[in-house]
Amino acid sequence: MRKFFENSKQALLITIIMFILCGFIYPFAVTALAQGLYHHKANGSLIEMDGEAVGSELIGQAFTAPEYFWGRVSSVNYNVYTREDTIPDDNGQVNYNGVSSGTFNYAPTNPELKKRIEADIEKFLLANPSVKRQDIPSDLMTASGSGLDPHISMKAAEIQVERIAQASGLPKEEINKIIEANLEKRTLGIFGERKVNFLMANLEIMKKMDRKRD
Amino acid sequence: MWQIAIVLIIYLPLVILTGHYLYRVTLQQKTWLDPLLDKVDTVIYKVCGIKRVDMTGKEYVLSLILSNAFMVFMGYIILRIQALLFLNPNNINNMEETLSFNTIISFMTNTNLQHYSGESGLSYLSQMLVIIFMMFTSAATGYAACMAFCRRLVAKTDTIGNFFIDFVRVITRILMPFSIVVAIILVSQGLPQTFSANKTVQTIEGKLQDIAIGPIASLESIKHIGTNGGGFNGANSTTPFENPTVLSNIVEMLSMMLLPGACVVAFSLMVSHRKKKAIFGKQGLAIFTAMSILFLAGLVTVYIAEKAGNPIISELGITQELGSMEGKEMRFGVAQSALFTTVTTAFTTGSINNMHDTLTPLGGLVPMFNMMLNVVFGGKGVGLMNMMMYVLLTIFIACLMIGRSPQFLGKKIEEKEMKLIALCILIHPAIILLFSALAVATPSGIAGITNPGAHGLSQVLYEFASASANNGSGFEGLADNSTFWNVTTGLAMFFGRYLTISIQLAIASLLAKKVWHSDSVGTLKTDNTTFTLLLVAIVLMIGALTFLPALALGPITEHLQLYS
Repeated sequence: MRKFFENSKQALLITIIMFILCGFIYPFAVTALAQGLYHHKANGSLIEMDGEAVGSELIGQAFTAPEYFWGRVSSVNYNVYTREDTIPDDNGQVNYNGVSSGTFNYAPTNPELKKRIEADIEKFLLANPSVKRQDIPSDLMTASGSGLDPHISMKAAEIQVERIAQASGLPKEEINKIIEANLEKRTLGIFGERKVNFLMANLEIMKKMDRKRD
Repeated sequence: MWQIAIVLIIYLPLVILTGHYLYRVTLQQKTWLDPLLDKVDTVIYKVCGIKRVDMTGKEYVLSLILSNAFMVFMGYIILRIQALLFLNPNNINNMEETLSFNTIISFMTNTNLQHYSGESGLSYLSQMLVIIFMMFTSAATGYAACMAFCRRLVAKTDTIGNFFIDFVRVITRILMPFSIVVAIILVSQGLPQTFSANKTVQTIEGKLQDIAIGPIASLESIKHIGTNGGGFNGANSTTPFENPTVLSNIVEMLSMMLLPGACVVAFSLMVSHRKKKAIFGKQGLAIFTAMSILFLAGLVTVYIAEKAGNPIISELGITQELGSMEGKEMRFGVAQSALFTTVTTAFTTGSINNMHDTLTPLGGLVPMFNMMLNVVFGGKGVGLMNMMMYVLLTIFIACLMIGRSPQFLGKKIEEKEMKLIALCILIHPAIILLFSALAVATPSGIAGITNPGAHGLSQVLYEFASASANNGSGFEGLADNSTFWNVTTGLAMFFGRYLTISIQLAIASLLAKKVWHSDSVGTLKTDNTTFTLLLVAIVLMIGALTFLPALALGPITEHLQLYS
């Protein structure tokens, strides 16, 4: 019995010590190191324009305007919303419930998946009349796992050039150059996939459009 | 294909090096961090009143359960009052009762099944004081148990090792230094590490975007090093802030593969230490090879299944060159996703870099089967112990067939041990299948299912396999934050962890007390290729026989429907 009591005391004390060591000291030490070594990245790799943050290099955004690249399907709309989305409607429902991440979690056999993709293909073909159905790569019509994917495949970017050129008034070569500049190759030539960061590409399109207007 | 092979090749030297380090830590031999860490340890021992006395198997298990109980208690309180405490810049509310119960069991048992979403469910303080804290302590608990187990297999007495000392040494010498290094590497790839509140930015289309940040890197490193797997964000390592690049993906995979593999290496050294020093002891190598065969078979299956894509999407007339991309991230593609899926379920971590619910039927069958077997490396030490159950079973069956008396490492395996081994092997399938049956038989269980048809059953099976194997990944479509699911999976995790560990240590205690016999010509060799293949066969036979009916109704039916 005395042994049991002694064991309990040790168990309680070790819990408290580890509470402090692992729960406090460790995360604070890592934060100090991270903020000192990689200040920009440790704060979310935010992109600033004219002193205001407009997004993060690593997080995609929902784009709907024809002059910008569109990203992959997102079940959380990339956490992008308008002020109206936060105001409850007549049923007390809001369109935007706060920050989250995830996907639709449709099984491959789920009829909802087929329905969603079919609708998205129709919508895309309507907005891009020059694109043929068989040229649409599947990454553009499927939902990413996080709902925040900042990348699309090279092919998914290329089939949008025609539409972007028309809507933005920029020449096609210019847009192809932007794709080229934001193309991320496989790491060391082997690892991962070839992809385009569409948020960074869109920022460039916006800058080019601004310059043209001036 | 090459990118997968290269990662695995990098893994081999790393795991052997770490195994040797783990061996030195376990046997309290000198390591180069000693001058600093000896002082830290001494302070901790002094404050806690820990004495360097050896414990019996029973005392060891009791100390393990007692300390875990205190941790559960403290963590539960924090979750219930987090809104009142500091470090809560995003104004998160207190967690509801059954959800808190589930969460706390989940993290204490190293499962990390998450029925909440980190961005909206936990304050930064809870992420640190509950989640990070438990990620360290639950992993250390698992390793301590494994050390106690291995020591007893080679010892001649049951009074050996002290739980508190093992526990502290694992944290200060392995988990903590490794986590700090990995966290900094991850920050260099873009993981945030800050205490400031989430950012709201204005997009160039004039809308608003919320960006969730926080002390993510410090959680992410121990999440993988300790094979925990619970994400800072709801979507776990699929989110760019938890896994921004291919490099971070590889670092996270190697982190979770490192220690479970190293346990086998350390065990191999403990077993062979009397003979001349080897890089990788023969007995351990036989077990490591058996695990690797099962691992590679699973990996190839997932890769082929995902690369083939979804025939229903092909029918819609778009091009599917990249393979099945639903639920996957563009930066990882099929290859990196398939590897991560196999690794996270084989090494029972449970973090995900793609959504398992959206995997093709056969691609989803593999992670489920890995967790049902629960011996393909397995997590944080307990994987090795589970495999040892099969090793003992294989020896027993093989010896029955050739008419010799079963013996392992000089200890005879007799009736009492065999009864416990059989019990231990049966608990895991019993938990999974009985709870699954309960779930599909009750309205509140069925209410959680979100995909129609055979996949619905897969969702249920996966959830309980994950809970019982202490894995923590999920077919995330399952609407699992309800009283039914919180309580049933909570119980599955609890029994899957503590019943199994207690029985395994009891078996080790029994073996430790036995008289040692030297090997004779008649002894079955347990460190050659024949034994490895026999072990794989027994694991598959037991696994296949127990789970085949359930798998046939779930993923296999779905596969046939998809291709009909």
